[in-house]
Amino acid sequence: MPVYFLEIIVVALGLLILMVDAFVKLEDKRTLAWVGMLGLVVVFALLFRVQWPESTEGAFWQFYSANDNLALFFKGIAILCTLGVMIMSYDFSGVVVDQTADPEPGAHPQAGLGEFFALPLFACAGLMWMASANNLVSIFVSLETVTICFYVMVAYLRRNVGSLEAGVKYLILGALSTGFLVYGFAWLYGVTGSMDLAEISAALAKPDVNQAAALFAFALILVALTFKVGGAPFHFWIPDVYQGAPTPITAFLSIGSKAAGFIVLLRLVSPFLASGELVGKVTLAIAIIAGLTLLIGNLSAIPQKNFKRLLAYSSISHAGFLLMALACTPRSSDASGALSKPVTVIAFYLGAYLLMTILAFLVMTVVRRKIADETFDAYTGLAKRAPFLSAAMLIAMASLAGIPLTVGFWGKLFVFKLAVEQQQWVLLAIGLIGAGAGFYYYLKIAASMYLGTPDPKKQVIDDTPIPIGNVARIAMILLMVGIIVAGVNPSLILGLLD
Amino acid sequence: MLEIIVFLPLIAALAIALGAPARFTALSASAFALVLSLVLAIQFDLTKEGGFQFESARPLLDIGGFPDLSLSFGIDGISLVLLLLATIVMLSAVWVAPGEKQIKGSSKLYYLSLLLIGGGAIGAFCSTDLFFLYAFHELALIPTFLMIGIFGHGENRVKTAWTITIYLGVGSLILLVGLIMALVGVGADTFNIEEIIALAKSPETAIAAGEQKWIFGILLVGFGILVSLFPFHSWAAPAYSDAPEPVAMLHAGVLKKFGLYGLIRIAMPMLPAGMEALTNVLLVLLLGNIIYLGLVTIAQKKLDRMLGYSSVMHMGYVFLGIAAANHLGVSGAVLLMFAHGISIALLFALCGWVRENYGTVDFEKLGGIASHVPKLGLLFGFAAFASAGLPGFANFAAEVAIFFGAFKGAEDGIGWIQWATIIALWGVVISAVYMLRAYRSIFLGECSKTLSAPADMTWAARLPILLLLVALLVVGFVPEILNQFIRPAVEGLFLVKAG
Repeated sequence: MPVYFLEIIVVALGLLILMVDAFVKLEDKRTLAWVGMLGLVVVFALLFRVQWPESTEGAFWQFYSANDNLALFFKGIAILCTLGVMIMSYDFSGVVVDQTADPEPGAHPQAGLGEFFALPLFACAGLMWMASANNLVSIFVSLETVTICFYVMVAYLRRNVGSLEAGVKYLILGALSTGFLVYGFAWLYGVTGSMDLAEISAALAKPDVNQAAALFAFALILVALTFKVGGAPFHFWIPDVYQGAPTPITAFLSIGSKAAGFIVLLRLVSPFLASGELVGKVTLAIAIIAGLTLLIGNLSAIPQKNFKRLLAYSSISHAGFLLMALACTPRSSDASGALSKPVTVIAFYLGAYLLMTILAFLVMTVVRRKIADETFDAYTGLAKRAPFLSAAMLIAMASLAGIPLTVGFWGKLFVFKLAVEQQQWVLLAIGLIGAGAGFYYYLKIAASMYLGTPDPKKQVIDDTPIPIGNVARIAMILLMVGIIVAGVNPSLILGLLD
Repeated sequence: MLEIIVFLPLIAALAIALGAPARFTALSASAFALVLSLVLAIQFDLTKEGGFQFESARPLLDIGGFPDLSLSFGIDGISLVLLLLATIVMLSAVWVAPGEKQIKGSSKLYYLSLLLIGGGAIGAFCSTDLFFLYAFHELALIPTFLMIGIFGHGENRVKTAWTITIYLGVGSLILLVGLIMALVGVGADTFNIEEIIALAKSPETAIAAGEQKWIFGILLVGFGILVSLFPFHSWAAPAYSDAPEPVAMLHAGVLKKFGLYGLIRIAMPMLPAGMEALTNVLLVLLLGNIIYLGLVTIAQKKLDRMLGYSSVMHMGYVFLGIAAANHLGVSGAVLLMFAHGISIALLFALCGWVRENYGTVDFEKLGGIASHVPKLGLLFGFAAFASAGLPGFANFAAEVAIFFGAFKGAEDGIGWIQWATIIALWGVVISAVYMLRAYRSIFLGECSKTLSAPADMTWAARLPILLLLVALLVVGFVPEILNQFIRPAVEGLFLVKAG
């Protein structure tokens, strides 16, 4: 099956959901989520049966990379992430209905829920295309497809001020960063005379390249993409938007959007890293951003009391580790060979990040449905009330903190190893400080679940168990097993990249 | 069979999580692990010089550009002795743990955590793959945090739980960087310890002496934090006194030995030049452990704190044996790791009994209790003598070997290490002082009227204690039992160095 069928199927799935929602009278609109979930499982299975084209002649392949295992890996991340988001949305739909539907007589009680299941699919198709984009035009179009879906999804809870505020912030800052990106593209085109990444790479490698202009293009692009992946100093939107957005969408932003941002960053930065003239300055810039991101993300996470905000800073800190890996690109004459290792490490790290973050957000969604509170208070003493959920959250947090025998540890190990190999001692020290701070703030949630006792002044004492849907429970078990098995044997993920 | 021993506690922990009866499962798993490790000790081939035995390997990761990883186990004499220590102490710790009904909170979580702490130590000692060596040790991190925070004693237990977790977490991170630097330094693309050490020994791939100094320094800080080497010791005593006694037994007795084991297994053979350059620094630090912390121990007013500090203090001797870097010193260090592990577990177990039955471990509130609990008094007397290094106990044999080892070479003039040994000898006096003081203020003298008189230790309570005591006495009278395992292994360490 040709590879681009995957995106077509996902778009068709989204359209199907929209049509069914519009024309079929459903008792319970959550059925739509089932359609989406099953469809995504099928697409994920099809991912392993992709056939690459025999010839890459023709206009299409100028916009879409062929024979690209890495793209498939990132498509897999996008699909699994969307699947996780759909499972969460299924559990979260009660909250969505509460805060969107008009209480008009005669209207469907779940009016407005259907699109909540369709939009992630459109975003997913965009993410998947982005993984294969090999041309400035297709990169830009796919990126905007995703971002526009996100603008809507972030502001979806229209009766919730926080969600609206998040939507506006994301829209304005997102538009600004897009502006930077386009301007950077324009300069890049001006310097190299091409939109095609391979040609750009060749043009930048020439010794007579206009260095100042190329670096200016690089700076603009780096600013825009640092914004997308949540790197400092363009991270300010992250905590507010993550806190305000509906929880499943926060998960989508923090994984899907970040993974996509990184694949675009990798594609756009590699021509610069391959250029012997520019590589020193480029890696220095990335290293500075990585160090800043690590420091700001990890140190700001320490005092957080809202769990979503904590995960927002945690996502910034992970962006820092990923940027650190990129900054540790070996300087060798063989550019593609030099970059291949950081790229593998980044892809692995993102795969690991997907597993643990989805797990954390799944638990959070289930808890949120029962307890309308997103601060740590909601988790105080949770271990007595919901031992399964607490164990799942504990494993997710251990993995995010990078404790061995969880997959998160391997990510950190590989990044640190790259830093040692490239003798980036300053970055390594900052990474250590970050990881040490991570121990504290990730375990803080474990501490409130296991060591805390609920305070009657702050919350209603309620010892009834928290119900978990079957799909969510199965997903949690699979994710826990995945985190530990891949933590023992990382070739489970690395093998896909080989 | 080695794999069974390693996975037994972990499988038992999983079974408990899934609903198996907690105490029964934990107890039978640890008893079985002890029996199996004794069988291994009997089957151990003493004629082999060094090298791992009972090896097994399951390759996991074999991808270009990334180090080869394999789930591999194997033991030499050093790891066998530590395996025996771990299984003996684990059985006894699970045994003295309170019954399921007496635990305030989830008894499942309690026993599961104990098994994970013990199983992590066993796995670390038996791994021949650097990643798993490191990872198994870290397995204990979160269970320890939960155990101290939930089931610990005292008002400050949550704070203590945080201190130990952050301290050890950061220590392990520093250690990780040191290990990566060593790995990258020899250009290894594997985690297999034997292959890495072989690379480090061969002149082409050995790390330059100047670099070795840095790496050894980082490893010394990393491992040192885990072993509570002065001045990184401040987490240890509060953690042990606030932890439930079974956790203190496992942590002070077994888990803490991991750092020393790592120094002997990895840092010494890989970085001989680095070690030589930093020996004098190590000597100063270990005297800090022995003398400064020894004096701190004397000043303690509660039994649990005192035991915590005493265990920190005794680490100084093991470091002295390592610093000697000769057969006798290192063998003594390994033997002392075993002896100290058993004796500190013994003392913590007794301390737990006192706390449970008298409700306090304060020297001032206790006193003269030998009159109502003579059996406890006798057992505590033995434990205190063992810990102070009286002949007849394993600790004596080990300390003598360390002192002789460290003093070797005095005929060529008294150097730093000989002076350090002379000063360290005073530690023996210090430990006699605090142990005897503790014994006097708890058991002798006027019995306070306010103390209720509980029934003396029952057989059920005494059995796990006797298990530890017998191990100490047997090894004390016939140290050859363990030395026959340790000697070829230590020679193996140095043999490879020469060739």
